[in-house]
Amino acid sequence: MLSGYTASELLSIFAMQGFAGLSLFSVFLLMALGLAVIFGQMGVINMAHGEFMILGAYTTYVTSNLFQAYAPGLFPIYFFVAVAVSFIAAGALGALVEWAVIRHLYSRPLDTLLATWGLSLILQQVYRSIFGAKEVTVILPDWMMGALQVTDSIEIPINGLIVLVLTLIVTVFMWAVMFRSRLGVQLRAVVLNRPMAGAVGINTALVDRITFSFGCGIAGIAGCAFTMIGSTGPTAGQLYIVDTFLVVVFGGAGTLIGTICSAFGIAQAQSVMEFFMSGSMAKVITLLIVVGILMIRPQGLFSVKVRK
Amino acid sequence: MKTPALASSNKGFALNLTVLLALLVLVFPSSMDIFRLNMMGKYLSYAFVAMGLVLCWGYGGILSLGQGIFFGLGGYCMAMFLKLEASTPEYTASQTTPGIPDFMDWNQLTELPWFWEAFKSFPLTLVLILLVPTVFAYFFGLCMFKRRVGGVYFSIITQAIACIMTILIVGQQGYTGGINGITDLKTCMGFDIRTNGAKLFLYYLCVFLLVLAVLLCTWVSRSKAGRLLVAIRDDEQRVRFSGYDVANYKIFVLCFSAFLSAVGGAMFTLQTGFMSPSFVGIVASIEMVVFCAVGGRMSIYGAIYGTLIVSVAKTAISENFPELWSLLIGAIFIGCVLVFPKGLAGLYADHVMPFLSGLDGRLKGAFRGAREDREAQIEALRDVPADKVLLGVPPQFLSGDGMDGIDDGRSLS
Repeated sequence: MLSGYTASELLSIFAMQGFAGLSLFSVFLLMALGLAVIFGQMGVINMAHGEFMILGAYTTYVTSNLFQAYAPGLFPIYFFVAVAVSFIAAGALGALVEWAVIRHLYSRPLDTLLATWGLSLILQQVYRSIFGAKEVTVILPDWMMGALQVTDSIEIPINGLIVLVLTLIVTVFMWAVMFRSRLGVQLRAVVLNRPMAGAVGINTALVDRITFSFGCGIAGIAGCAFTMIGSTGPTAGQLYIVDTFLVVVFGGAGTLIGTICSAFGIAQAQSVMEFFMSGSMAKVITLLIVVGILMIRPQGLFSVKVRK
Repeated sequence: MKTPALASSNKGFALNLTVLLALLVLVFPSSMDIFRLNMMGKYLSYAFVAMGLVLCWGYGGILSLGQGIFFGLGGYCMAMFLKLEASTPEYTASQTTPGIPDFMDWNQLTELPWFWEAFKSFPLTLVLILLVPTVFAYFFGLCMFKRRVGGVYFSIITQAIACIMTILIVGQQGYTGGINGITDLKTCMGFDIRTNGAKLFLYYLCVFLLVLAVLLCTWVSRSKAGRLLVAIRDDEQRVRFSGYDVANYKIFVLCFSAFLSAVGGAMFTLQTGFMSPSFVGIVASIEMVVFCAVGGRMSIYGAIYGTLIVSVAKTAISENFPELWSLLIGAIFIGCVLVFPKGLAGLYADHVMPFLSGLDGRLKGAFRGAREDREAQIEALRDVPADKVLLGVPPQFLSGDGMDGIDDGRSLS
């Protein structure tokens, strides 16, 4: 398989595919971070997570169109506005969904799966009705396009770099919220022992709602990043949902470092293998390896020791 | 030991089965043309999967989101046999390699892959239809349940496997027919399956197998294993501490549901004349869960009616208003979970049954009837064996008619 290439060619291939993998890693990680909170901490199986991501993507699309129409001078910086708007839009929808559906189902995790799957079908249809079945592409400002020429044979696209930086910022933000803020402390208290958390004066229902909407908001940012790499269609979210769940489960639910490592591993494995075989076989082999490892180690790569 | 409760549930069982048979054997064939009847037969083949899910999910609490895998394996095994029979050297004479299925020829294959060889023989195909999905479920269950992977994790991994399966079938076009699936099936053992007579025969065959499946499911749900499954669903640890090997019961019910799904898949292929990866994947698998949820996850008959109602509604609505259907099925998902978690069977048990028995009581004289009912219930409780009480099985499960028994939200998860 490797025999047809010289050593320097192989190095460039691995570098370029590795960077392509980093873009995939960014999307996986951004989606998985939101899911790690919602599923890993709260235990809600949010099958509509992909649709929250797509909401962020469509929000970015609308924002870019609005900027182009009404404030062309500010167009180069619309992306930063779009990140914030996507976060708010997806978060608001998340809060609404939590209030309407999820809060009734905390004691029945498998039923949240069915309800959110229904929600995802409804959202897909809503997107299709509003934006059409065709995929839409967001126009990037000039400074985000092009590529950095590292060596003669290695090129690194700038939009990929920006997405990577955005991912790093969101990850640090997430860590700060989870482990350095009052909300994070309250959330972890509620997860560990709900009645006790309530007894010491934490409003557990409110913490649930904020947490769920926060996780959905992160998915919105993922959607914003998604538009920089690919085009957005109504069903694009569904393509990623299984991978995202595997990322969270594989990393070990409830650990931030596990989620990061597993997103990195899965994305890199898939991306590097894609060069040597068809994309579908690369995906099959990656998923099989993940499922295989999960059968041997059901608790995931990194597991938190919790007394059950 | 013949308790009054069991006797009355036997009466209910006979009534349910009679109604079902009357509907499938008399009402449908007499009121529909052959095209509609064939479509009903197709829906009935989904009902096998839904019944498997009743036992697996409703009784055992194991939500498998990969039932499409087993349905697909059964269906593909059947389709491979039929395809080989349709690809005679005479019929495929224009191909580069005559005698192999057309899609293989398009993909530059020059000889039959080794795993297709077995499907040249009909008896072997029948064995494989039943064996392949069941053995797959056995090893899968062995890996999962022996390591105590359960609940949500199990669901997600089954979904991943359904995803892998679809990608594999679509990707390996030369061996599986790719995204179009295996099409253009003609005869089975020399009988043309596309004629109206054959369709009628296949419909009755499907009904016959369905009734067998109902009997089998009822037997399993009333057996000791069925009761233990409910106990495992409600409190797995307690059953384990009582000395039962929980994993074995879970593996059994997964294999059983896979077996039923495979029969459904094979019947589907025979009646529609094709099989494609869209019946294997995540979306198809979850749709089958909806059939079961709408019918009532604890009711074997409910699963059949749920399948028929949802499928008929889907065909009727998506033919005319495709946009509306997506919204409606989404709403059905949420409604099933939030508003009526017991499904149609629950609505029947909570509203229709009391009304009917009230009517019955009024005819007989209300007071006498009610008192006898109460006494019968007390008698039934007295006869419950002590070990069943220890396991925490609510007495209504011992009646085994499956219509009732969901007591609180916790036991659903």
